[in-house]
Formats: sequence, structure tokens, C-alpha cells
Amino acid sequence: MNNKKKTNLPLIVTVGPVSTWMILLVAIPFIYVFAMSFMNKGAYGGVVIGFTLNNFKQVFDPLYLKVFGESFLISAFATIICIIIAYPFTYFIAQKSNIKKTIFMAMVIVPFLVSSLIRLFGWINLLRKDGILNSMLLKLGLIHEPLQLVYNTTGVMIGLVYMLLPFMILPLYSSIEKLDKSLLEACNDLGAKPIISFLRVTLPLTMPGIFAGSILVFIPALGYFFVTDLLGGNKTQVIGNVIRTQFITARNWPLGSAISIFLIVITLILVWLYQKSGGNMDDLGGV
Amino acid sequence: MTKTQKRNVSGVFKNIYIYLVFLFLYLPIFYVIIFSFNTSKMNIVFENFTFEWYGTFFKNRPLMEALTNTLIIGILSTIVSTIIGTIGAIGLNKYRFKGRRIIDKLLYIPIVIPEVVLGIALLSIYSALSIPLGIVSITLSHITFSIPFVVITVRARLAGFDKFLEEAAMDLGANRVVTFWRVTLPIIMPGVLSGAMLAFSLSIDDVVISFFTSGPGSTTLPLKIFSMVKTGVTPEVNALSTVIMLITIIIIIINTLFQVKKLKANKV
Repeated sequence: MNNKKKTNLPLIVTVGPVSTWMILLVAIPFIYVFAMSFMNKGAYGGVVIGFTLNNFKQVFDPLYLKVFGESFLISAFATIICIIIAYPFTYFIAQKSNIKKTIFMAMVIVPFLVSSLIRLFGWINLLRKDGILNSMLLKLGLIHEPLQLVYNTTGVMIGLVYMLLPFMILPLYSSIEKLDKSLLEACNDLGAKPIISFLRVTLPLTMPGIFAGSILVFIPALGYFFVTDLLGGNKTQVIGNVIRTQFITARNWPLGSAISIFLIVITLILVWLYQKSGGNMDDLGGV
Repeated sequence: MTKTQKRNVSGVFKNIYIYLVFLFLYLPIFYVIIFSFNTSKMNIVFENFTFEWYGTFFKNRPLMEALTNTLIIGILSTIVSTIIGTIGAIGLNKYRFKGRRIIDKLLYIPIVIPEVVLGIALLSIYSALSIPLGIVSITLSHITFSIPFVVITVRARLAGFDKFLEEAAMDLGANRVVTFWRVTLPIIMPGVLSGAMLAFSLSIDDVVISFFTSGPGSTTLPLKIFSMVKTGVTPEVNALSTVIMLITIIIIIINTLFQVKKLKANKV
């Protein structure tokens, strides 16, 4: 008895608080949202206990399906753009000296520490019709009329890529950094052209970084309602906007919960695929 | 073209590419800094240079209140999540117990699930338990999403940890608390510090979770800016952001210089 107590105490002291916290404020709230998604909406907001599948029927209403489809397309597009920008960037940086690498990677993190809303506000002003970008293009004679760069899907796309690019750069960088340079030298010695050694060696070996980055870009992009709010001009919505509206303005919590469950299921499928392809979960949080 | 010429051209191209991406990342930040010195209240054209806004943002009550709330929440949630996360990471690393895998999975939820879902889940549970929305509810929420990041950063540090050091300390007569304090903690300190920094920066910049879990009178700086961006951000906010940015950049520069020094020392 005494012996058992002795071995259990350190376990309770160390793991106890974190377990209690995660159960109380992660597990229980999510179970509650799951339960709410089968309940009825109260007359003045709130929920009425009962069981219904109506909320899930509504989730698959064409109106919502259209928003979901658009949201997926926007996320996918943002992810692809992030890969296209981040891959050469991290690849070139990885070739620099250790000191330069450290400085460059610190420079990637600095913008993170400036309020994301302030940075988005900066973009709105840069992209506006009377903004700097348009007036510069006009002066250069490249365009004759100001371009609509913000308050539409273009604006949302710029905002999302801007907000999420570092999340692609960081995992990509660590996978490119880890790359064994002698493999590339071997390719070169064996007479492979650079493009072949890139496609057959570099790309497959850096796939884990691409996967981790894609998870970190695609999933948040589905929920970032403030980016669409600020740069979308009410024209573009992501799934996050729909959930926000149901919880805050329409006050239909059961429907909002059902949409959240739908979003959770999609997230879990993507994360499952990521793990299946050999992805490490800790790579998703080490940013 | 000779081979060296070719290499030079590609080197220049690579540098141009790197700096273009940095331009993209820094463009809106430059904008905010420049317009914090603008005499005009409109953020459209730069009229004249002034320091005025750096003096007035201190007197802007709502803005200062939001800043105070943000700092209180940020400091409290960083302290609590760092303590719980650090000792939790040690325990999860050391002991095998029933339900360990479940706790492990729960820790990944706040990291991978879109923030909006965690936000509505917390809002729902607070309302079900009649916990009023305010500083307390925001702080609880921030601790919740910070703990997993602390656990992961500390655990990464523990991965390279030599277990024999702890055993040696215990063999020499140190108890568990002394061993933790004198052996384990100093070794994992870099991980604990970067976990704490991550927690703090996540907290002070959080929009989504705070949006759902704040109440009247508990507006944080990001929420204040969120409401202002729609109607128009005053140069005061630009000035305040510039000051905050300056402080964080100084911290980062010191940290980077420290790393560079270490790299240089290793070379010799």
C-alpha cells in the first residue's frame, strides 16, 4: 500500500494538472458541442434538449455546400501558392552559411510578432483602389484603371497567403535543412542532370515538410473568418464565417455545432492522412 | 557563359528571390511604421512628419485599457500554461500509464482544429456552466490553447535528455524535488523559455478565441483593432503597434546575435 502511494505521487503531480485541464477545457467542451449538434434551437437562442438530425440535414443544404466548396477551393489555392513561394525560398536559404541561415529564419519569424490585424490593415491600405500599389502601377503606365485588389476573393487570397506563409516556410525549411547533401553529390557524380536529381531525390525527401506545411496552411484557412471579414468585402466566405454567424448573429447554436462537427471531421481525416503518410504530429506544433 | 559566370547569375537570382519574399512579408509592416509618423488622420496619403501620435496613444483610454487587458491575460496565461505544460511534458515523457495516449491526442486538438471551433466550444461550455465572459474566461481559454505548444517544445528538449543524470542525482541522495530543481529544469530551460515565449506571443495576438470568449469591458488589443480596422484605424494604433514591434524586434535581435555568437564560437 505504502509502496504504491510512493510510485503514484510523482505521476499525479506531473501529469495530473495537464490531464485535468485538457479534459475539462478540451474534451468536455467538444463532447458538449457534439451533443448540441443533435439538439433543437431554443426560441431566443440557447438549446433545447432533445434529439434531431435536422441540423445535419441543414449542413448539407445547397446554400451551405456552396460556401463549403468555395472555402475548400480557397484553402487549396492558398496552400498551393504558399508551396510555390516557400519552396524555392527555403531551398535557397538552406544553401547559405549557418550565420546567414539563422538571421534569415529569424527574419521570417519577426513579422509574426506584429499584430496580425495590424499587418492585414496595412495590406488593405496598400491594395486599395487609391492605395500605394495601384497608384504606382498607374504611374508606371502598366494599368490604366485601378485594379480591384481588395474586398474580393483576390484580397482574401493575398491575406490568407500572407498570414499562413510562415507556417509553410518553417516545416519546409527544417525538412530541406535535414537533407543529406552527399546524396545530391552522388547524383551529380553519377551524371544526373540537376532537374532529375531534384525530382528523384530532393522532392521526395522533402515531402514530409510539404505535407506538414500543407496541413498548417489548409486547415486554418478554412476557419480564418477575420481575414475574409476584413479583406473579402462580404463577397467571400469561409466555413469559419458560417460558424461565427450561427453562434453570434443567428444564435442557432445547434446548427453552428453541426457545422463545427463537419469541420472537425474534415480536419481529422486530413490529419489521419498526414499521419498515414509518415507525418510526425510534433512537427505541427513546433512553430 | 562560363561555369562561374553561370553560378554568379544564379546566385544573384536566388538572392533577388529571397529578398522579394521578405519584401512581401515586411511590406505591410513598413506601411504601419511610416504612417505612424503621418500628420493626417487618414491612412491614405502621407502629409507631414510628426511624433504626435506617440504622445497621444498613452492618453487614449480605451486603447490603453485594451493594452492592459492584453498584457494581464498574456502574462497570466503564459505563467500558468508554462508551469502546467512543463511538468506535464516531464510526466508524459517519463511515466507510462492508462490513458496516456488519450491525453496525448487531446493535446493535439487545440493545435490542429481550426481556432474558430475551439472558440465556440469554449463559449458553449462557459455559457452552460454560467461562467461570465471576461478576463477570467479569456485567460482560461488562452491557457488551454497554450499548454499543448509548451508541452511540445519542452518534450522536444527532453528527447535529447540523458536520463542517467537524474538517476545519478538521486543516487547521490537528492530527492525528486531537488533533482528536478537542480538537474532537470536547468537542462530543459531553453525549451521552457521558448515554450513560454510561444505561449505569450500566441496570447497577445489571439483574435479568434478571444472573439468568442470575451465579454463587455474585457476587450483585448487585437479585438479593439479588429473593430477599428472596419471603421478606420487611427495613427495612434499605428504608433502603438510600432512601439510593441520595436520591443519585440529588439528581443529577437538579441536572441539572434546570441545564436550567431554561439555558431561562430563553435566554428573556432
